[in-house]
Amino acid sequence: MTTNGGISPQDAKYALETRDMHVYYGSFRAVKHINLNVERQKITALIGPSGCGKSTVLRSFNRMNELVPSARVEGKVFFHGKNLYDSNVDPVEVRRRIGMVFQKPNPFPKSIYDNIAFGPRINGWQGTKADMDNLVEQSLRASVLWDEVKDKLKESGLSLSGGQQQRLCIARALAIEPEVILMDEPCSALDPISTLKIEELMFELRRQYTIVIVTHNMQQASRASDNTAFFLMDNDRAGTLVEYGPTEQLFTNPQDKRTEDYISGRFG
Amino acid sequence: MSSVSQTGNTSSGMPTDEAMHRNIAQRRQRGRIWQGVLFASTTIGMLVLVILLATIINESFGLIAVQSTVDPATIADRPLEELSKEELIVILEDNLKRRVYQRLEREQPLAERDQAALLEIVRVEVVQEEVVGSWPLNETLFNRAAIEAEVAEEFPRAEIQFRSWINPDFLTNPMSSVPALAGVRTALLGTLWMIGITILFAFPIGVGAAIYLEEYATDTWYNRIIQTNIANLAGVPSIIYGMLGLAIFVRAFEPLTSGTLFGLTDPTTANGRTILSAGLTMGLLILPVIIIAAQESIRAVPNSLRQASYGLGATKWQTIWNHVLPGAMPGILTGTILSVSRAIGETAPLIVVGASTFIVTDPDGPFSKFTALPIQIYNWTARPQDQFRDIAAAAIIVLLIVLLTLNAIAVLLRDYIRKRRSI
Amino acid sequence: MAEQARVSAESQTAAASSTAVSLDFRKRTRIGESVIQGFLFFCGAVSILTTLGIVFVLGEESLLFFLDERVSIVEFLTATSWQPAIEDFGIIPLINATFITSIIAMVVAIPLGLGAAIYLSEYASARIRGILKPVLEILAGIPTVVYGYFAISFMTPVLRGMFGKDTVQIYNSASAGIVIGILILPLIASLSEDALSSVPRALRQASYGLGATRLETAVRVVVPSALSGIIAAFIIGISRAIGETMIVAIAAGAGPKNFDLSQDNLFGYVLNPFVAAETMTGHIARISGGDLSYNSIDYNSIFAIGLMLFIITLLLNILSRYIVRRFREVYE
Repeated sequence: MTTNGGISPQDAKYALETRDMHVYYGSFRAVKHINLNVERQKITALIGPSGCGKSTVLRSFNRMNELVPSARVEGKVFFHGKNLYDSNVDPVEVRRRIGMVFQKPNPFPKSIYDNIAFGPRINGWQGTKADMDNLVEQSLRASVLWDEVKDKLKESGLSLSGGQQQRLCIARALAIEPEVILMDEPCSALDPISTLKIEELMFELRRQYTIVIVTHNMQQASRASDNTAFFLMDNDRAGTLVEYGPTEQLFTNPQDKRTEDYISGRFG
Repeated sequence: MSSVSQTGNTSSGMPTDEAMHRNIAQRRQRGRIWQGVLFASTTIGMLVLVILLATIINESFGLIAVQSTVDPATIADRPLEELSKEELIVILEDNLKRRVYQRLEREQPLAERDQAALLEIVRVEVVQEEVVGSWPLNETLFNRAAIEAEVAEEFPRAEIQFRSWINPDFLTNPMSSVPALAGVRTALLGTLWMIGITILFAFPIGVGAAIYLEEYATDTWYNRIIQTNIANLAGVPSIIYGMLGLAIFVRAFEPLTSGTLFGLTDPTTANGRTILSAGLTMGLLILPVIIIAAQESIRAVPNSLRQASYGLGATKWQTIWNHVLPGAMPGILTGTILSVSRAIGETAPLIVVGASTFIVTDPDGPFSKFTALPIQIYNWTARPQDQFRDIAAAAIIVLLIVLLTLNAIAVLLRDYIRKRRSI
Repeated sequence: MAEQARVSAESQTAAASSTAVSLDFRKRTRIGESVIQGFLFFCGAVSILTTLGIVFVLGEESLLFFLDERVSIVEFLTATSWQPAIEDFGIIPLINATFITSIIAMVVAIPLGLGAAIYLSEYASARIRGILKPVLEILAGIPTVVYGYFAISFMTPVLRGMFGKDTVQIYNSASAGIVIGILILPLIASLSEDALSSVPRALRQASYGLGATRLETAVRVVVPSALSGIIAAFIIGISRAIGETMIVAIAAGAGPKNFDLSQDNLFGYVLNPFVAAETMTGHIARISGGDLSYNSIDYNSIFAIGLMLFIITLLLNILSRYIVRRFREVYE
């Protein structure tokens, strides 16, 4: 991460590339042999039945797996040509550049304003108060929440509805200006209307950000993603990548029998 | 939607590249320093524990200088240890006052005592050995020469010995105004009697209250008051319980707690300042703790067990007695033992209730005057002389061993009951 | 006779069952059950009786004290001298001493206790927790009289060595206060740790996900999120420190630090922690430990002090529970 590896962000086609990645929890191998290239400024959906390791793969992109003490990642994940798992890479910097939105909305028990300002503040924000106000507004506008909360920025983030909370969490992730945003089933705890809003938001964000989203909702994947990766649990209970390609192709003309079975609802 | 900001808009103030690396390095550094600070504050507890034990052990062992009022050489031509029984008796006859000699003879004829016992009497009554100086363990180990020089100068006739202040005699001797002869026997017995009464009083009532609150109480105002009240009682300073005990058990219930109600007119019972008063006071003190522990254990018994019992036609009490209580018992017992060990160490209420500081007779029932282990420690600690400090340390060791044993029993009992029930 | 009766009873039931099942669903009054329930209710009520007893005893004796012509309630609350022998009853010197020791205790216990709680909750591996937590529990189980011994035979000599024997008196508030701090450290650590552990993992993840370090997550997310519980722990700690008796009885001094603001230096004497000063609890213990005749003004006076102590600690305990209830963040 000390250099950009000679590939400038504008040139590279892929934001993230994994090479033969395995993730273990203790002695249990949760996912194996993952080779996945995430395209820049596209939405990549990770789908598959529960327990197939899609969240584990997502969390290995910003080293969140490390928060589980027994977790271990083998193989490589390239970001700007640099392996994220090199010994000299700081996970703090990884997460600073690759943001994350979680399954359940998890705003801090702070004001809406402070929720968004938190990330920039800890990451050495150098601007003025006015800059910060501006950043908060921009982030909230980008997550289409500004109009709903502009008059109550000092209220607790927990006072918002579930869908608003999730958009607040997205705004919070945007405020640290990441290149990639990982979303771990961001709509699973939301009602359909909020879900729709988040999906619209993702389309907007795609202009500037690379988005990887885990979802167990196939309609969502087919509606809202450019590329789709399908995971399945193998016989040894380790998740594997079965098929990966443009969403339309994967849903209309799957190359693998198992993918076809899954999307046609035969199992999972 | 067009208002989406440009990521590249670095006017925002987020540090990039080099600035970001410096920033992260600084934060990492700060993190390491604070992790050290936090770890240190966690280990302070361990450090204090070590220092505390070291202080106590340091005072419990060490050199003493013993000086005799009568030089043994003037009463015997050989060292005292080598004298036979008969020779020792002769010495006693020659040197003791008639009255003292007859008292000893009355207690047990001298001829029937063994050599060691006679030697002890000669030392105490004739030679009158006296501890004129004592030094803690650290000085004993590292500064012996200085101690010897000091003794040689100040007490030329004194003899230097190593003494463990905690020893079998210390456990079996009653209280004495001479530190070297004092023991904790009376205090230990007082503590045991008191705790017995405390348990008899607090355990049934505490468990009863917990059963009431968990199994019977509905959500009414008075039950809520009872529950809140228990939480509040747990936070009342222990000395307040002492004042309650003083006013209620010692004073108001004096006929009961002094035993006069039961025809006891022993003048030594000192008003209501008896073991019974102290035990009841301690009982009230630990009651909230027992109730809370018992409530938690009862709550942990699965509801399915109760339903199964009701389903078989059991009454409420049958269900509680046969199913709920056995299931909750390990937790209740553990909680009780832990609260009892708190009661054993409590001192303030006993001072207020009126534990005697100096008695030599063993307590023989609930209506006795009494002293207790922590009272003895307090009393000895409060005296200025070094040697009392030494026996206070020895008494602390006894107290800590008692507490440690109780806690070990609590753990073993819980494991034993769990294991037996799981078969 | 009995034999016959039983036989006939058996034949009757046999006859009944042979013809038709006799159902009797009438509600029975089970006297045994009612008696038991009554007894259990009594057990629950004992705690109420205890509280009423405390209130009544403290109130009654205090009333006798305040009704005494030698005592005025205004003087009790404002005078700065407590000398029962010459009928000076101003509680301020005792309260002053209590607050000095308690504040010193909190200065020791709050940073260390909170630091330990953060370390145990956010940093420690399971193995290190397994070592350090029992140590704190042992520390919490040591009787206070032992801490008193520790104060007088270790802490006081250390303080006198550090600041000089002329500055630090043999009995002083500082030594007692520091040791009380050590005594309540485990309490604050364990209550705060409970509060920290109840913060949902999702918040920590959100913080890490924004590039926060472990320290930043702990200090800027977890601690603020658990603040109500932590403050409640502090208040319970203060209440314990104020009510603590043995340490101050042994190490803080055996006489009230009476003062006269027109003559005594505020920082050199009145608030000086190195000077001997008897606290409320220490005074109660000393007076009641001596020969005390009932109905004397001395006897009544300790109940007035006790009432003061009871009110202060009760208010603090109620406050701590209120804070937990009122300001607790409800997470899903």
